[in-house]
This record gives sequence, C-alpha cells and structure tokens, in this order.
Amino acid sequence: MAIPLSVRVVEAELRIYRRTWRGSVFTGFLNPVLYLLAFGVGLGTLIDANLPEGLDGVSYLTYLAPGLLVATAMQTGASEGAWKVIAAIKWRQTWHARLATPISVHGLAIGQVLWSSIRVAMVSASFAIVMIVFGVASPLESLGSILPAILVGTAMAAGTTAFAVRVRDDSTLSMYFRFVVVPMFLFSGVLFPITQLPDWIQPVAYLTPVFHGVELARTIALGLPPLVNSWISLTYLVALTIICGWLIISPMRQRLTP
Amino acid sequence: MSNPLIKATGLTKRFGDFVAVDGIDFEVEQGETFGFLGPNGAGKTSTMRMISAVSPITEGSLSVLGLDPAKEGPRLRSRLGIVPQENNLDDELTVRDNLYMYGRYFDIAKSELNERIAELVEFVQLTEKIDAKVDALSGGMKRRVTIARGLINDPDLYILDEPTTGLDPQARHALWDRLYRLKQRGITLIITTHYMDEAEQLCDRLVVMDKGKIVAEGSPRQLIEIHTPRDVVELRFPIGVLETIGGQIRELSDRTEILADRALVYTDDPDRTVAIVHAYGLEPETVLERRSSLEDVFLRLTGRTLVD
Repeated sequence: MAIPLSVRVVEAELRIYRRTWRGSVFTGFLNPVLYLLAFGVGLGTLIDANLPEGLDGVSYLTYLAPGLLVATAMQTGASEGAWKVIAAIKWRQTWHARLATPISVHGLAIGQVLWSSIRVAMVSASFAIVMIVFGVASPLESLGSILPAILVGTAMAAGTTAFAVRVRDDSTLSMYFRFVVVPMFLFSGVLFPITQLPDWIQPVAYLTPVFHGVELARTIALGLPPLVNSWISLTYLVALTIICGWLIISPMRQRLTP
Repeated sequence: MSNPLIKATGLTKRFGDFVAVDGIDFEVEQGETFGFLGPNGAGKTSTMRMISAVSPITEGSLSVLGLDPAKEGPRLRSRLGIVPQENNLDDELTVRDNLYMYGRYFDIAKSELNERIAELVEFVQLTEKIDAKVDALSGGMKRRVTIARGLINDPDLYILDEPTTGLDPQARHALWDRLYRLKQRGITLIITTHYMDEAEQLCDRLVVMDKGKIVAEGSPRQLIEIHTPRDVVELRFPIGVLETIGGQIRELSDRTEILADRALVYTDDPDRTVAIVHAYGLEPETVLERRSSLEDVFLRLTGRTLVD
C-alpha cells in the first residue's frame, strides 16, 4: 500500500510544481551558465595559465563542470528537504492533511524523497545540457554524469528532510545551510582536489556525499574507466541515501501522528 | 443496535506525564450524530485524533468501523472523512486542485474524481469559486472547501473537529445547514464543539468532557433535564450590590449562581421566583426569564474558570 500511494504524493507535488515550473526551468539553465562562465571560463583562464599540464590532465572548465553539476544537485536536494518540510509540518500543515488519508508515514516519506529526486534529476539534466553546449563533455558523458548527481541530491534531500522534521525553529535550518551545505560545496572536491586541503580535514571531506558524487561524475564526464574507488563511492552514496531516508520515519511519526 | 460503529473502552491518551484523555468509555451507533463537548484542553481533539487513526492510543481499546486503528490505519482512514480543526488546505492551489489532490490520495480514479468534485463543490455552494485559489477565499469558504474535501471518499464516518469555530454567524448557519443535510442522508457524524447551540442543533447524543474525562452523557434534552431545572431567572444588579444581597438570592433556589453583575436562579417555577424576589424588596435592574440551555449544563459541569 505504501509504495503506490507514494506515487500519489509525487503526483500531488507535481501538481503543486506546475504553478512555478517556468521560473524553475529558467533558473535551471541560467545557474550553470553563470557559474561555468564565472568560475570555469573567467577564473579558469587564470588557473590554466598557471597549470600548463591541467588539473587531472584537463582544462579547469572541464575539471570544474562535473563538480558543479554534483554541487548543484546537492543544493537542490537540500533545499527540497528544507523549508518546504517545515512549511508542510508547521505553517501550512499540509502533511497532516495527507496523513489523514490512507497514506502512511512511510508512504509520505518515500513519496517526498522520490519527488525531491525527480526535482534533482530535472535540475541536473538542464546542467548536463549546458555542459554539452559549453563543449566540456560529450552528450553521452554529460548525461551519464547526471546519475551520480541524482544520487547525491537524493541523499541530501533525505538527510535534510530527516533533519528538518526534527527542527522546531526554522532558523536552525539557516545554520544548517551555512555550516553544512555551503562548506560541502566549497571543500568537497568541487572547485579543487581535496588533496589541497590540510591533512587533518581531508577525512571529513572524504565523508561527504559530494566528494564521492564528484569523483564518480568526473570519472564519467572525462570518459575514464571506473576504479575500485568508484564502486566504493557508489556503495557509499546508496547506503547513505537509504540510511537518511530511514532516519526520516521515526521523527516524522512522532511529529505528525503523536 | 448491537454493533456500534465506534466502541471505546478505557480509552486513554498520555503525552509524557500529561493525561489528555483519561480512560473514557463510549459507543457511537450507525447513523447518529455524536458530539464531544468540552472546554479547551478537555481532550476532545486527542479523542478525535485517536478515532481518526492519526494518533496511537496509549491504553484501553478502540474499534472504529470494526477495525483496529493501530493495525489497520490506512484501511480505516480510507473510509473516514476528516475535517480537522485547522483547514490545512494548500492555499496556493485552486479549490479544484485541492480536492483533486486529496481524492488521489484515496486512489480514486481521475474520471470519477472530476465528477465527484463537481458534486461536492455544488453541495458546499462554491461552484463559482472552483477555479479560485484557496488563498483568496473567506474563512467560511475555506471551511466549506475543507468540508467538501472530507467527503471526497464518500466516507462511512465523518469526523469534524470544531467545524464552525472562528466563523461569522452567517457562515455558521450555512455550515449547519450542510451538516444537517448529511445527517439526513444517514451519514454517521462525530462533532467536537464548544458551541452549545451547535450541539443542540446537530447532535442526537453527546458526551461532555472535562479534564480528559466524560462527565455527562445523553441527548441535549436529557442532559438539560437531568442536570438543571427547567428554567433560569437572570437578575441583573449594579456591580457591588450582589456582594451584600447574595445570601438572600441563595435562598431562592437549591441552585443559584452569583456572578459579578448578575445572579442566575435555576427554578421550575420562574414566576414564583420573581414574585419572591419582589417580596424580598430586591430591585434588580433587569429580570430575564428563560429556558435552561445546554450552556447552563455545560457551565455547571465544567465550571466557569477560564481554561486558557
């Protein structure tokens, strides 16, 4: 019963999304263009002048693009699981309404993560199209690198939702973005290899989903063969998604059906 | 009548140390409109939520439509219509979309759903607002959308938590009219309210709750007969006067109530009571004779102290 009704939750979210889709699709394309221009082309020209052999043997733009793709997916996932969740629980109480129907707590949690995952996929796909336009990777490789991005975004959506259902005060969420999401973007191998970080902090970067997602996306985008590490990263991301999803259930039950 | 739709025995709900519902027993029969009356914090909403299978019971037993809410929550909820205290509609969506989304949670097929939405919107008299955003509707209209939403799955049991709180008199009467129609169709209704007129208008039978317990049970008429004399004489005096003549007033009846500016004398013979008042030489500013109401019963049973 839980899974088919999760699809109903997705259906409802899609209906809600329909009223803002234009703006969201536009941003989906605009963001990667701006970021790739500023960092990849602008900053990248300076970096390339300093590193004739390139980063991982490629230009900075090529190096950066899959990283940014994953970072964007990560941020999309995080924002899908943040204020929307607080609104649904506290302000609008629309989740209370859903749970008064045959939908169970499991069904609702799975549906919400599933929908977040679809949103991440949409944003990642537009990013991949921009990558193709910028010529940083072939169409196949660009689209292939979406897969780890979706995985990272889904894990983040689940993790952020698990956090947001516990949060009483939405200012806690701002802290979460400031001290978890932003640092994860800056220091997890998106903009530069984590080997540039001080030794003691590298293990922390290694634990973030972004690091593993970037490793995978870069491997795919640069057309490299998978390494042993790739399989570790993949396993890690899948496990993280499942664990975070599972962590939503109990606080959600306590909060919404006390 | 041997097979009640709802049967609760020793039903208890605790939140930590706080006892919200304290071992209550009640049964609701098929087709009746059953009320839970009580001041804020009496445990009405907690009871509703347990019946609605969105809050697990702490102790006792509860069967709703022959199902155990703990074990068969989704199956039970598929047969319930729920109107919560807060409308919790999606304000940014239209009336139609709200109802549509909700209906889909019950797995109702799209074609059937469109038909049903048209019927329900007509039933709550919002046909011309069907494509308006909920945000733009008045409080009474939003409530009617929520009433319609609760009927989307053609429920066997319709549960309304304070359906008319916060509405203006016109909107309240319009809603009562709709609920009365549902009642006539034979739908079993459960209503919580702290409006006595609402309970008198709609409920066949009700329980009065206070501090988690049931303190009285019966039809509105029965409750008035059992718990209070037939009539009330309200005597209004200038502030301060009652402090000195309170003793005399208390002699008028077994049951009197002295408030700051008026005295309520419960009596079966109001004319005689008024005659005695004048014989005593008391000169109230106004004298009002009226029938006892459910409100008198309610205040007697749950006290006049403000709860919050």
